[in-house]
Order: sequence, then structure tokens, then C-alpha cells
Amino acid sequence: MIEEFKQWYDDRHSYAKEWKKNNLDGKVVGYFCTYVPEEILYAANCLPVRIIGGHEPPTLATPHMFDMWCPFSRDCLSQGLAGNYDYLDGIMIAQCCLHARQAFGAWQLQVPTPWSYYVCMPNAVTTSHAKKFLLGELAEFKKAVEAWVGKKITDADLDRGIDIMNTNRHLMKKVYESRKEDNPPLTGTEAMTLVWASQLMDKREHNVLVEELLRDLPNRELDREPGIRLMIVGSENDDRPFMELVESIGATFVIDDHCTGSRYFWDEIATTGDRLQAIADRYCDRVPCPTKDFQQETWERKRFPHILTLAKEYRVQGVILVQQKFCDPHECDIPSLKRYLEGNEIPCYVLEFEVTVPVGQFRIRIEAFIEQLRADELFD
Amino acid sequence: MAKYKTKGLDCWKRAKELRNRYYKDYKESPSRGGLRWEGGAWSFDAIPQALEGEVHGLSEEPYGASIAHNPELQVRYQEAAEGKWGCARDLCSYMRAYWGSVALNEYAYGGPWPHADFIFQNQICCCHSKWLQVADEIDGGTTPYFCFDVGVGPYDKIGDRQIEYVVAQLYDGIAFIERVTGRKIIEEKLIQNVYNTYRSNCYWAKTCELNQAIPAPLDEKTMFSLYVLGSLEKSNQAIADFYEKELYPEVKDRVANKIAAVADERCRVLGDSQPPWGFLRIYRYLEQYGIVSVANLYTFSLIGWMKVDEKGHLVPYPTLEEQGITIKDRDHALRLLVEGELKGKLMWAPFYGANYKNDLVTKIAKQWRCDAAIIHLNRGCEGTAQHQMQLKIALQEMGVPVMTFEGNMADEREFDEGRVLRLIELFVTETLGLKKVA
Repeated sequence: MIEEFKQWYDDRHSYAKEWKKNNLDGKVVGYFCTYVPEEILYAANCLPVRIIGGHEPPTLATPHMFDMWCPFSRDCLSQGLAGNYDYLDGIMIAQCCLHARQAFGAWQLQVPTPWSYYVCMPNAVTTSHAKKFLLGELAEFKKAVEAWVGKKITDADLDRGIDIMNTNRHLMKKVYESRKEDNPPLTGTEAMTLVWASQLMDKREHNVLVEELLRDLPNRELDREPGIRLMIVGSENDDRPFMELVESIGATFVIDDHCTGSRYFWDEIATTGDRLQAIADRYCDRVPCPTKDFQQETWERKRFPHILTLAKEYRVQGVILVQQKFCDPHECDIPSLKRYLEGNEIPCYVLEFEVTVPVGQFRIRIEAFIEQLRADELFD
Repeated sequence: MAKYKTKGLDCWKRAKELRNRYYKDYKESPSRGGLRWEGGAWSFDAIPQALEGEVHGLSEEPYGASIAHNPELQVRYQEAAEGKWGCARDLCSYMRAYWGSVALNEYAYGGPWPHADFIFQNQICCCHSKWLQVADEIDGGTTPYFCFDVGVGPYDKIGDRQIEYVVAQLYDGIAFIERVTGRKIIEEKLIQNVYNTYRSNCYWAKTCELNQAIPAPLDEKTMFSLYVLGSLEKSNQAIADFYEKELYPEVKDRVANKIAAVADERCRVLGDSQPPWGFLRIYRYLEQYGIVSVANLYTFSLIGWMKVDEKGHLVPYPTLEEQGITIKDRDHALRLLVEGELKGKLMWAPFYGANYKNDLVTKIAKQWRCDAAIIHLNRGCEGTAQHQMQLKIALQEMGVPVMTFEGNMADEREFDEGRVLRLIELFVTETLGLKKVA
């Protein structure tokens, strides 16, 4: 069954094209950041598809984004320039890091796409003012989508959009819950493959399969010992070869904090009161991306205690902190996060990612980290 | 014989005095019972500067640039940030220089790191909120921190909702400052500071507009030393007076009398982003060919407020006096302050798309009559380096020859001076067909 999710991830472009064929009134919208309110897109019968890279050197993007911008965002643009997303009816972004915004801005000018939209997602998400501001942004966005698709989005449509997203979040949390076990029934690579697929396919279809998987999980066993329990934290990560590499040398990722992982689905929408306000509240209250992780009064981050809680609940023995090269938000937080986790007796190891990773070097480094953690086990 | 008359600015010495006094005051303030705060060039300094008693701010970017001007110091501070704190070396180079200064407990203007009483920062660039979060953490993590969000959309999409969001945060900021300092914001001071902010920002924009003249009265290298005052403390009475009553009239007089920045001006170029600060001599090298850098969205609108008029031209944003506005009270002052920043600071527009940067900079190229563009692909500042390659394409499409070179505003380890000079020479002689002025 996991193989199906993997297939969807690998064949994401064919999937979206097929979806269009089967949904003649629907539109496919490529999005650049997980702060995009997918609920409203589902309410308008659109398929939100996260634009991700191809793990190829982003040569096509070079004339449009010079190489101080993060490789992931350049890879995304490169995929657009290569015509791999030629089926998109629209693209959109919610205000996030400058790197994704570069890719979005260049895409608007260089990759013919009929519709584009920028949601001005506030940065000061921990303030009450942000929720009010975002409510206004969402109302404008809803209007723009209505004008584009030529159909009013009703409360019932919004309820449906919220339900689709919340169901997926709820189910994914259940899957992740199973990883707390001594012998997790699925690897970290498999778990994150589920998340990657959820960002690329119709969540209604995804939900059906996750439900099936949840029925099977109690009887599922990995064909190996879990080994060292690791957490992986950091920038965008859909690097399956790296995840598989680490899990092939005596470790299992039991939890993560990535926007391509738990951070994407962790928080649900409280479905009471005004629907748009409920959506706004969720996106302001969610586990923040580092670019929005600041609060008044203190330098302390909201995300750090959340990561620590996850590490404890999932009985993590070590954390791998990954950053996309040039990813300022994570680069700013990583030295602090490393100190914070190590101060709580959780060893950390930092790795810098490009669109392709040096597998041989990383293998040696991770093996050394795992050996160090095993050595610690001897003295526990 | 030179083509035009030239001479240095009469107000140059005054600009230097104001800048030196700013850093000295920050250092010495506590000995006089004054307060200190940290923020950035885009902080709403009018607010903390309205506290009762003496108060001085430290503006993070100009401080980083001051460090950058000294290559030995910049490398030592960068290496401290990377080595002692452990940050990546591709982060904002001002920020790393600043962190290194804190980590080494050194103030670039002498003595140990001067601890602030509070932080009053803004967020539009990914690094802004993080900058002082981390600086405070390195410094012990005890400085009260406040960061307000101004990422509400480009100048042409600013309405009541956007202004209200920022104003609401400023009210929170006032309550925060009053609580952590035990001092009150004086309304009269606040109102005066807002008048001053308008004068600083609008008169700098008017000064930049004068550079459309041929010959250009100012070269960009000189402009760097002038706009910086506004990035330090635009709400300051002496700084506002300098812009309105000293610099602007003098530059106006230079235009009237055809006093050039570069006596042999024969080619006007457009810049983008900050220069590599330790290597400003590249501008002097250009002058040997009669090239003068006359315009740059960054140099104009880091502090200068401008607007696009009905004809689609870039013009200075009107002062409060020109708008016929008298500030009534605190609320009115805050709203005007926010409105000016959100509608007038065109440099924020590229944060919302490459189309904004292309539109504004191609307007500048036309209005300032630029013959070519030399773009510093600045690896040290993602905020000002946004959409630079798209801009290159847009300028080329309008027929402007463009040269790009990679470098870093504040990390000399990422700037190859010899290579860049060779590139410039090729561009100037082969593409522009210029020879050195005899």
C-alpha cells in the first residue's frame, strides 16, 4: 500500500493531468508554500498541488535566480521552466520566505500560467491582530477565486473544504501516532512519503487510502529492527534517497518537523463560528515556519518547545537538523535549536542539503553520529 | 579640460558629524541616564525616540555596513559569528557581522558591546525578526524584544485594513516600551518625530530626484554617506533639518549651476542593491571613464519615500506640509507614520513580486537617463538582491546594456576585486565603447 503513495509522488504530473480529465469543471493550482489555505481551493473544486523540485541541478533557473537563492526554490522554478507543470491552471503563494517568493515572482514572468495569486499571509502570527488581518486577506482571496472559477463559494463549500483538510490532518496524525511504538510499523521515509503524496494529490482520494492503511497498520511490521530512534527537523525535505540511506544503517526516523512532514498537517481547524476566521486562526496558530517564528516580549521561539515535546513523546535518541543551503529562516534558527535540544540532552547533527546530496559523505557522517548515539546507549 | 565644474559638498562635514554623534551617543547614553534600544533601518524609530528623557537607538544594517567598511574587522566578526555562534556563512552578512560583534563583546566604535534596554524591530525580510532574536540570545537573552510586521502588501494595495494592522501593532509596541522601560511616550515628542520622519524621507527623495539632471549633482558613492543618516534615525530633528535645510538646497543649487559630481560625466549608470562596502574604489575606477552611477532603487528608497504619479512617473512622496496636514494627536501621528512607510517606501514593493521591481527600476532607468546598468548580485542581502536576474532581462529588453557581478556587501571573502575590475573594464570598453578620459 505504501507503494501506491510512492507511485503518486513519482507520477505526480500524470496524476494531476488525469485529475483534470476527470474533473472538467475543476482547476489545478500549483502552490509554493504550506501557508496557502487549501480549504478555499477545495471549496472551489480546485486541486491544490504543491510545486516541488525534481532533485536535478536547476540549470534552467540560473538566468532567472542566481545561485544564492536556495536550491529547492531554484529547482521548483526550473521544473516550471522545463514545462513539467504545463497543466497548471494557476499558481499561488502565501507570504513566506524570500526564496520561494523569488521562484514565484520569476514563474509569474517566465512560465505562462493563466492565473496567479499572492496571499499576504502575516508574519506576526502570534499577535491577535494577525488573525484579523488574515481574515481580510482570505475574504479577498475567496472573492478572487470566485471570480476566476466563475462560481460563488458557499458556506457549504467551505465546510466541505475544511472537512477534507481536517480529515486528512486527523488521519495523518493517527499514522504518526503509530510511530511512537517500540517497533514503529512504518519507516520515516514511508511516513513522509504519505505526506508528500498528500500535497500532490486529491486529499479525498488520499484520505481513503490512509484509512485503509490505518486498518492495516496494527498488523504491519518492519522487516528489521528499528535501531536508533531519530528525529529529522528542518527546511523543506522530500529527499527520499537520503531518508532511505539513513534508515538503511541502523536507524529509523520516528518523527519529523518539516513543512513536508508533520508541520504540514499537525494543527486542525476548530470548526465553530465564522468559517474564514476559523481558517485564519488555524494558519496563525499552526506550528510556525521559522520565518514567522517570533513573538513579542522574548527571543524565544514557539516551535522549539513543540519540537522538544515531539522528541520526548516519540522517545527520540538523536536529531538530524537539515537545512537547504541558503535557507535563511532555518539557518538563523539552527544554532539556537541545536543548543536548545542539546541543553535538553538530545544530541543533534547538522547537515546542509542541496537538490542532490553527497550520499557517500553523508553516509559516513551519519554512521559516525549513530555510532556515537550507540556508545551513549552503553552508558545509559 | 573637464566638461563640467565640480566640487565637494559643503554639507559633507555636517553629515559625518551627525553620523559620528549617533554612534557616540549610543555608547555614552547610559552614563547620562539615557536608554538604549536596538532596531533596524526600517524600525519606526519615531516611537521609542518619543520616550521621556534621553534615548538612543542602534540601527542594525548601518552598523553592519560600518563594520563592512573595514575589511579586517568584517572578517574577524564574520568568523566569530560562524565559529563562536555556529551560523551558516551564507546568511545576511550585516547580520553575521553584528552577531560577531556581540559574540566578541566588542563595539566597532570602541569598548565592549553596548547592551540595549529593549529591542524594537520590524519584519519584512526573513532575517529581520531573527537578527535581534539571535543577537539577544548571544548577549544572554535578557533584552525585552518586540517585532512588528510590515509585510502587508505593495504600495498600490495599501488600504485601511493594511494600515490598521500595523497601527494596532504599534499601539502594542508603545505599551510594551512603556512597560519595560518604566517611562512614558511623550505625545508632543511623538508628533514632532513623525513630522521629522516625513521631512527626512521626503527631502531625501527630492534630493534623489535632482539627480535626473545632467550633469548629475551627486554620484552614488557620495549618496551612500548621505542616505545613511535617515537609516540611523529618520525621526531626529537634526537629521531632518540636515535633509531639508542643508542637503536639498545645496544639491538644488548644484543643479542650477551645473556643478557635477563627476567632471567628465559622459555615461550614466544605474546600480542595484548595496555595493561591496570594502571596495567602494570601484566607483572611482568607473570615473576614469567618465562614468557616474546616478541611480539605484536601494539608494533612493531605503529611506526615501516616493510614489508613482498619474502619468506613471516616480516622484517624491509629498511632505505633510505639502499635503496640508497638521497632526492632531497620537492616533493621527501613528496612522500617518504607517501610511507614509507603507505607501512611500517603494523599496518594499519587490518583496511582493519581480514585476514590481522591474516596473520601478525601468522607470528609474528612463527618468534618470541611464545609459547602462551595473548590477551587484549581492550574496550578502537577499532583501535587496530580490529579482535581480529578472531585472537584468527587463533592462536588456528596454535596450539598456547590463553588466552583473557577484559579490557581497559585507563579506570580502565573497568578492574577487581583481576579477570584477576586469569584468567592468571589458564591459566599459567593449560593450559601452568608452575610453579612459584623457
